[in-house]
Amino acid sequence: MESMSATVWRALGNDSDKAPVTPHLPTWTEAILGQSTSAEAVAGLRKALGLDLPAHERYLRWLGGLLSGDPGVSLINRLPVAQLIGPRLANSLLLTALTAAVAVPLALLIGITTAIWRGTLYDRVANVTAVSLVAIPEFLLATVGVILFAVQLRWVSAMATPSVSSLGEALQSFTLPVLTLAFAVTAQMARMTRAALLGVLDSSYIEMARLKGVRPMRLVLRHALRNAAGPIANAVALNLSSLLGGVIIVEVIFSYPGLAKLAVDAVETRDMPLVQACAMIFCTAFMLLVLVADVCSILANPRLRTT
Amino acid sequence: MSDAAILATPRRRLSTAGKTGIAVALAWATLAVFGPYLAPYSAGHVGNAGVFAAMSASHPLGTDYLGRDMLSRILYGARYTVGVAMIATLLACAGGIALGILSAVRRGWTDSVVGRAADALISIPHLMFALVVVAAFGTSLPVLILMAAISYVPGSFRFARALALDINAMDFIQVARARGERTSYVVWAEILPNMIVPLLTDFGLRFVFVVLLLSGLSFLGLGIQPPNADWGALVRENITGIYEAAPAVLMPALAIAVLTISITLLIDGLSGRDRMMVR
Amino acid sequence: MTALVEVSGLRVTAATPGGAESDIVRDIGFSIARGEVLALIGESGSGKTTIALALLGYARRGCRIAGGSVRIGGDEVTGLSSGALSELRGRRVAYVAQSAAAAFNPALRLMDQVTEGVRMRGLMPRAAAEAKAREIFRALALPEPDRIGARFPHQVSGGQLQRLMAAMALMTDPELVIFDEPTTALDVTTQVEVLRAFREAVRERHMTAVYVSHDLAVVAQIADRIVVLRDGIAREIGPTLQILAHPADSYTRNLLAAAAPKPQQAAERRAAPTPLLAVHGLTAGYGPVDREGRVATPVLHDVSLEISAGSALGVIGESGSGKSTLARVIAGLLPAASGSMTLDGVALAPLLEARGREELRRIQIVFQAADTALNPAHSVERILGRPLAFYRRLSRSEQRRRVRRLLDLVKLPVALLDRLPNELSGGQKQRVNLARALAAEPALILCDEVTSSLDTVVGAAILELLAELRRELGLALMFISHDLATVRAVCDEVMILYAGQVMERGPGRVVMQAPQHPYADLLAASMPELRPGWLDGIDAARLAEARGDPARPSHSDRCAFVARCAARDGPCGTDPPPLRRFAKGSDVRCHRTEQELLAQQSPVRTAPSSFPSIG
Repeated sequence: MESMSATVWRALGNDSDKAPVTPHLPTWTEAILGQSTSAEAVAGLRKALGLDLPAHERYLRWLGGLLSGDPGVSLINRLPVAQLIGPRLANSLLLTALTAAVAVPLALLIGITTAIWRGTLYDRVANVTAVSLVAIPEFLLATVGVILFAVQLRWVSAMATPSVSSLGEALQSFTLPVLTLAFAVTAQMARMTRAALLGVLDSSYIEMARLKGVRPMRLVLRHALRNAAGPIANAVALNLSSLLGGVIIVEVIFSYPGLAKLAVDAVETRDMPLVQACAMIFCTAFMLLVLVADVCSILANPRLRTT
Repeated sequence: MSDAAILATPRRRLSTAGKTGIAVALAWATLAVFGPYLAPYSAGHVGNAGVFAAMSASHPLGTDYLGRDMLSRILYGARYTVGVAMIATLLACAGGIALGILSAVRRGWTDSVVGRAADALISIPHLMFALVVVAAFGTSLPVLILMAAISYVPGSFRFARALALDINAMDFIQVARARGERTSYVVWAEILPNMIVPLLTDFGLRFVFVVLLLSGLSFLGLGIQPPNADWGALVRENITGIYEAAPAVLMPALAIAVLTISITLLIDGLSGRDRMMVR
Repeated sequence: MTALVEVSGLRVTAATPGGAESDIVRDIGFSIARGEVLALIGESGSGKTTIALALLGYARRGCRIAGGSVRIGGDEVTGLSSGALSELRGRRVAYVAQSAAAAFNPALRLMDQVTEGVRMRGLMPRAAAEAKAREIFRALALPEPDRIGARFPHQVSGGQLQRLMAAMALMTDPELVIFDEPTTALDVTTQVEVLRAFREAVRERHMTAVYVSHDLAVVAQIADRIVVLRDGIAREIGPTLQILAHPADSYTRNLLAAAAPKPQQAAERRAAPTPLLAVHGLTAGYGPVDREGRVATPVLHDVSLEISAGSALGVIGESGSGKSTLARVIAGLLPAASGSMTLDGVALAPLLEARGREELRRIQIVFQAADTALNPAHSVERILGRPLAFYRRLSRSEQRRRVRRLLDLVKLPVALLDRLPNELSGGQKQRVNLARALAAEPALILCDEVTSSLDTVVGAAILELLAELRRELGLALMFISHDLATVRAVCDEVMILYAGQVMERGPGRVVMQAPQHPYADLLAASMPELRPGWLDGIDAARLAEARGDPARPSHSDRCAFVARCAARDGPCGTDPPPLRRFAKGSDVRCHRTEQELLAQQSPVRTAPSSFPSIG
């Protein structure tokens, strides 16, 4: 918690309302009051919103408010931040959950099979594909996907909404965003799963089991996976955290009303309380996933479990 | 191998993977520096091929939403995509390596402090961090470069530190110390030469991440601002071309992909076994 | 009677990076009669493990059995399907690996792994299997045979794990058992026990066994016939007694000579008034120092020694004895918590930062693992040139000349100058290591297990080199090792460490041939000798009493060896034993008197035939 606030504190700096004015990014004052405002009007608005207080005092007030359950009020539309975030958070969670449901089983399958059949053509093709997929920017995948499947083939829609009433609509809406998000995550997760399993399969005790006459199926299931489960769970958790980055681009491309899109819109209008709150949620989710990954690592190692 | 056999073994020079790597890196660097001179048209030139034209002889990559040649726009944009990312990566790696080696060799108080700071920074998703910084400080070039650099310093620091720690634990470092060598000698002459190859691969990896981050930011409209455009911004401004399946929206994204994939495959090949990419 | 195992024309190849295949072993042929024990002897790279694995129809990744025949009980192993192989392995042919710690799955309980072979084949129900396992545990003299099965591998010691692995192999009553260097990774005192246990097990069951090792002395105790291997070819095959007494092949003769190194004649020394290095009451360890001056993790306690110019002191100890730490403390790499050190009578600062360049130059340290002791990014010339440049300002041509002279000293060809360490063999790397220490023209070299990771033959050559250098340059040496035989060959004086304390210290021949401290006696008794009857002649009861792993240094006052000592008495468990000089000239740390200890000792050992005592 402390480090997050520290970071956001650093990011906020001092005069967030004196950000350089550029042609494309209106300051929030302009957004509220319009392009041409007088100095008095700006000063009055600042006072009304408590922005004439020194920066650290503003920050402390905001932090205090956050901890007591009140993340403040959006600068743009004067609605409480919590109210704005609620539904969008739910939408984003839906999207990420769907993606995880697709990505994790697929990644485990590919990771485990490429480890067992290491060196075959299947393995090498999968490896090169995975490496490439990880390096591809999400908007390329999304763009290609939209052009191909939405515009030319008309199989799915180019925009996604969470309010669907049938499975068909759900597929129409969610297929592209979920697949786009899932590609990169699956690729990296599969690679790490493969590496974890290979690390175990190459160890001396697996060779010893083979020399004892243990057959391949039992070898993998009973001997190898038991030891690889920890590192694999670690890999899964770590990669799910990278979803938090990709979801931003995907929500924007598909105009999906999620938390990330809200954050981006808020940045465009310099709506600081909103940006801060969204950033906070992202950071927390990220840290939770990393924590889960660490815990999996520890639990998997019997040396650390017993004395 | 018997001693006699060892005398007969010839020494190996730079491997083919290494040579390919250098060639590819040089190619991109040339593109970045000389892009505008290679472009057939100037960046703002509007021809008469129309808006969102298809690929043709006079416009190999089509035209954009205003009718400007995409190939030229992309070549001009190379400076931003490749060049800016390069500067940011250099800053990130320089900082990370220096801090990493310092922490590994000094240990103690320095190590704890820098380590905690790195842990704090690493717990923020990069794009989110970028959004917050842009919201607070705007989108000028120095801000973008600094933000990208700071984002990736912790990763570079962790990597360099782990490497330096491994090397520091080896006996030849103890031998040097037992001789009475000063720390500066130990770092420059004994530790660093063993770190060069892994650090290069790490640099390549970080470069790819920075490119993806900055172009993603520009795509969201929060990166390089018009009239300048890097490849991400090019995708953004031509986004309406998606409904006409125009090459204008696809080509800049493809360019980014070619850059990142070529570097990634290179790194993968260079490092021998499968190397994990840890963002 | 037909032999159980018949191997002929065996050839195993490995895939090289270029795509071609190279031979690891070729033209291997031998047979093993039922109830016979055959030993495969060779250095690393000789192919002995490859042949052992081929008996199971197994080849490591990248290797394959390319030709020849392996018949076990009439069945051709190389032609079996993978299903049939799974049946053979662990059932008719069992394998006991070199490193027990690496062979057990860390996530499964020991009993599950031991009984897996019979349970997964449906040979026995779980209860019966576990009962049988416990019986075998008892037969192998494992502690707590009824409860040890419930533990995880990391909760038991190395020697116990090795016996558990043997139990695992014996569960299925196999026809053939293959022991692959099972005692190599163990301490000397543990090794004897495990060796006895294996031999008992083999004899009782009239088993056929293959024993793979590089240690001739160990093999002499357990094998009926020996196959000598080098570079993948069988150099000599024959009965044990014949090979030991009348080796026909030149390589076998080299091996025998290296296994019993002769003590070198030391040069005449002028007695100097002050010793070169004197250490008094050295106590060292890791972690913070508390108010009473005690370290959190003690490693050395009250160690004192003296080395005169040109003489060699051997420091012997097993794991946990603190011998490597002693070298590091003397070199200044690790600070001592208390005690003093002097060099030529002048006080030596505990940490190297406080020492002068001359002091640092005169004491040099050579490490065990040459792989990590040489910077992989530096050429040999650079490695040797740096100490020269650091300690003396030399012109470029003078430096080049000196580097070449150094190579000459350690008998390395000049062609190696621009090589990187990973292009050198193990022996060559260690010579470069030595040359680097010599470059400083030191008065004293601390050798920390310098031959332990080398092959016996290669290591013997290094020992010869060291002796020669001592004679030529008048060097003093502190030679640290766990191997009594190598220390015997090089050193005038010997010191034995246990749990961080000096147990006995004195002239070489006294400590080696007639050690008085119970631990020193145990060590000497545990060193396998090259004659076949040695293992039978050991006092089993005494060994059993002294069983256990070496103790860790601790803060308690009582004698560190009391748990394993046959001579223990009243004060041993409570008071620190004094270090006293006995009549024969060595210092012994013990409460008991010389006569009492003499009565406890093993019967007079016959000095090994090839060892003349130093006059």
